[in-house]
Amino acid sequence: MTARAAEGVSALDIARRAVQLARRAGAEQCDAIVVAGSESTVTVRLGDIEKLIEAGSIGLGLRVIQGGRTAICATSDLAPDALERFAAETVELAAISAPDEYAGLPDPALFGSARDAAALGLYDERIEALSPDEKIRLARECEAAALAADRRITNTDGATLSTRVGEVALVNSLGFEGSYPATSISLVAEAIADDAEGKKRPGYWFSAERSLSRLGDPAEVGRIAARRAVDQLGARKPATARVPVVFEPMMAVSLLGHLAACATGDALYRGATFLAGREGQALASPLVTIVDDPLLPGRFGTRPFDGEGVAARRNVLVQAGRFEGFLFDCYTARRLGRATTGSAARGLESAPAPSSSNLVLEPGSLDPADILRGIPQGLYVTALMGAGFNPATGDYSRGAAGFWIEDGQLAYPVSEVNVSGNLAQMLADIDAVGSDLAWFGAAAAPTIRIREMTVSGR
Amino acid sequence: MSDPALAALQFFRDRFAIDPSVTSSLLSVALSRGGDFAELYFEHRTNSAIMWEDQRVKSATRTVSQGLGIRVVRGDAIGYAYTESFEFDAMRRAAETAARISAGERTAPPIDATPFLSGVTYYDIDHPLVAEPAAAKVALLERADRAARSYDPSIARLDASIGDELKYILIARSDGKIVGDVQPLIRFNVSALSQRGESRQVARQGGGGRMGIEYFERVTTPEELAREAARQAVLQQDAAEAPAGTLPVVLAAGDSGVLLHEAVGHGLEADFNRKGTSNYTGRIGQAVASPLVTVVDDGTIASSRGSINVDDEGNPSGRNVLIENGVLRAYLQDEISARHFGVAPSGSGRRQSFKDYVMPRMTNTFMLPGEDTPEDIIRSVDRGIYAVSYSGGQVNISNGDFVFSVTEAYLIENGRVTAPLKNVMLIGNGPDVLSKVTRVANDYRLSDGRWTCGKDGQSVPVGVGMPTVLVSGITVGGTKL
Repeated sequence: MTARAAEGVSALDIARRAVQLARRAGAEQCDAIVVAGSESTVTVRLGDIEKLIEAGSIGLGLRVIQGGRTAICATSDLAPDALERFAAETVELAAISAPDEYAGLPDPALFGSARDAAALGLYDERIEALSPDEKIRLARECEAAALAADRRITNTDGATLSTRVGEVALVNSLGFEGSYPATSISLVAEAIADDAEGKKRPGYWFSAERSLSRLGDPAEVGRIAARRAVDQLGARKPATARVPVVFEPMMAVSLLGHLAACATGDALYRGATFLAGREGQALASPLVTIVDDPLLPGRFGTRPFDGEGVAARRNVLVQAGRFEGFLFDCYTARRLGRATTGSAARGLESAPAPSSSNLVLEPGSLDPADILRGIPQGLYVTALMGAGFNPATGDYSRGAAGFWIEDGQLAYPVSEVNVSGNLAQMLADIDAVGSDLAWFGAAAAPTIRIREMTVSGR
Repeated sequence: MSDPALAALQFFRDRFAIDPSVTSSLLSVALSRGGDFAELYFEHRTNSAIMWEDQRVKSATRTVSQGLGIRVVRGDAIGYAYTESFEFDAMRRAAETAARISAGERTAPPIDATPFLSGVTYYDIDHPLVAEPAAAKVALLERADRAARSYDPSIARLDASIGDELKYILIARSDGKIVGDVQPLIRFNVSALSQRGESRQVARQGGGGRMGIEYFERVTTPEELAREAARQAVLQQDAAEAPAGTLPVVLAAGDSGVLLHEAVGHGLEADFNRKGTSNYTGRIGQAVASPLVTVVDDGTIASSRGSINVDDEGNPSGRNVLIENGVLRAYLQDEISARHFGVAPSGSGRRQSFKDYVMPRMTNTFMLPGEDTPEDIIRSVDRGIYAVSYSGGQVNISNGDFVFSVTEAYLIENGRVTAPLKNVMLIGNGPDVLSKVTRVANDYRLSDGRWTCGKDGQSVPVGVGMPTVLVSGITVGGTKL
């Protein structure tokens, strides 16, 4: 691990120092998070380098709790005198807040440890060792494959390879200390096909992983982007109808995201979730099991401890259709009389809040082709647009594109359509779950079919 | 009023000893491998916010972020590097990294630096909200809370926040230009929960601009914003299922400008057109909308959220007519694209922070008013939708397909606005919808400052505006057949 905050000073050293200084300035309780790292981005378009970006950065977030009053400050100025002033100002700022009996650090008995981080596959030295020329070669190979895949691909928005090598450190005034290195690499391609009347059809695909060996074959990423563009040529707007709707894995992942955002202690105490009062009840079809698991090795949501230092653990959200419960951090757990589930997410500039880590919709046994079989008319969704989800009610309405299904087959591409329903009803109406589990960032899902939704078109 | 350009130059000189001799040496390093153009972007930004929940202050936050972004341009390609340190060695290393976009070796000519002072400012920098005592801000939050709770007994929660930002920027370019700006920005947000039995509805409202605390007298009050959120939450309790299918849609004045922003604005950003990835590529001089439609992007509107004195490449902002009576006139240009098209930059080069590269972006985007009245327009619709406020939208740049989430919408029946509707989405295609604009009213309004535009992962504050407009058909994504 060579990603160092500054000459000879680690992220952990800075977090320790910030906690010490805040204590000296009179803080009763405090914790400090430091995120340090270096990033690089290479974009190649039509064979030429379009962008080369390289930089290192480091940021410190400090939370102080004074008699239940909370302040959170962030800075990137880590010079010794600046740090001392910063800690003192954070302690002062807490006076603005009102006392809140639920604010506070975790019970030390719940603390996790960074010792197990190595087994979690978060760091790959090969990403750190990747040369600029090698990065350019991977991006070039990806874009060239997209351009060569089909003569109807007339343009691209380029292929971009990005890497990040970083370190996260968390220290609190109750004795928790932890830090671990993490890497990531991603390759994104957008291919463009020309359609009638000057319309363009973009196709997008990506691979994002924590280790180089897991990164998708660059040419394959380019070819899939090209295929997704060409597939949309001649897309029509279908007639408005109520029909079965099939979500491909990447789109099914977006439904998991909506559900997880509603299944947090934060949404619960704010009264902003349709899941309130439904713990232990049947919510989804019995085919549906959804797990949040930060301990799966090598994924984007993987972590040895959460944003408050609590040991990470696997949480089942939905077991065979039954809603098992919410995700909590310390604050929302105390406030609602529950226990933290080790789900605190933490940015530098904001208070911890419960959030999912790695979300998985467990695969079923059906081949995706079998899921289409038997659908006389329906929609197969490959793209969704807009933020048409209401967490308080579960009402769901989003723009979509994909294919029209006729007699169990993908018949023709469609765009400018809208799918709407209610997430609770949609989950209950899932009547087929595929075996084709696929990962996208910090979530994985197979193909799923929803018995019926409203599709708006002509 | 102080001159923001002068204030920014002084700020960086006094605080970090950044003066023309420092910027000239860094620019020489940046061009030492043969780039065509280089630019330094110094930024110092303070953000603070107070969060209100359960009728008290939940937490207070403050973030200071500072750094230098260095861009070296060679043809259409860029090398970019940044550093959070204003130590000369760190800045020199960043300049060397950015220089690597070019592979040559040369001694850069000396750079003759000239501070550029326009003497024009579109916002007052002397009374930023950040300088107000915390108690004054907390009092505004308390007022919002009281107003929402007294609006309706079903209002069970009111979350609010007040945030301010003060940003100093200094841009030094290899053509010798040095430009500064000081950009204040405030934002007030409220979120109201209406609860009737098990039925919960949450609605949000917000506003702000490049102003100080006088926003709460000159533009609106915390009470008005809070009552508006409460009204929308209560309204949703009785809202009916929206129809699904293609219908005439009346877009109300103000916030509907977000439709222009998504449906056409992004497609007119010159980077997409330079690369041939926009559906407006090669269409300058052609009819791209109904003759009733004139679309303007204007970064010079006093105190507006989207306004800037200079863009993030140091070019003065301006009023740019993009579509005039339905004919495409111009794209939004940054330096690279302007050079590509052989036109002048339009003051549209923007970035989220020193960590980000510049792209052509919108400022305040709006449609000019027409001659109809909003009442006549509504009266002319037998069955349609009246769309008033929105939570956001998204566009597919390359083909113009867009969606919007409408948070306040009503059915129009026989020329009258009737039932409130829930869960309304508008989905369509930008050029198609603009060609179907059949009436434009005289009631143009700029939306209150609550919009943020995202592009390539970079967020910048923008403004939108619109008169009442009739679109003869848009697909409405409802649940009711």
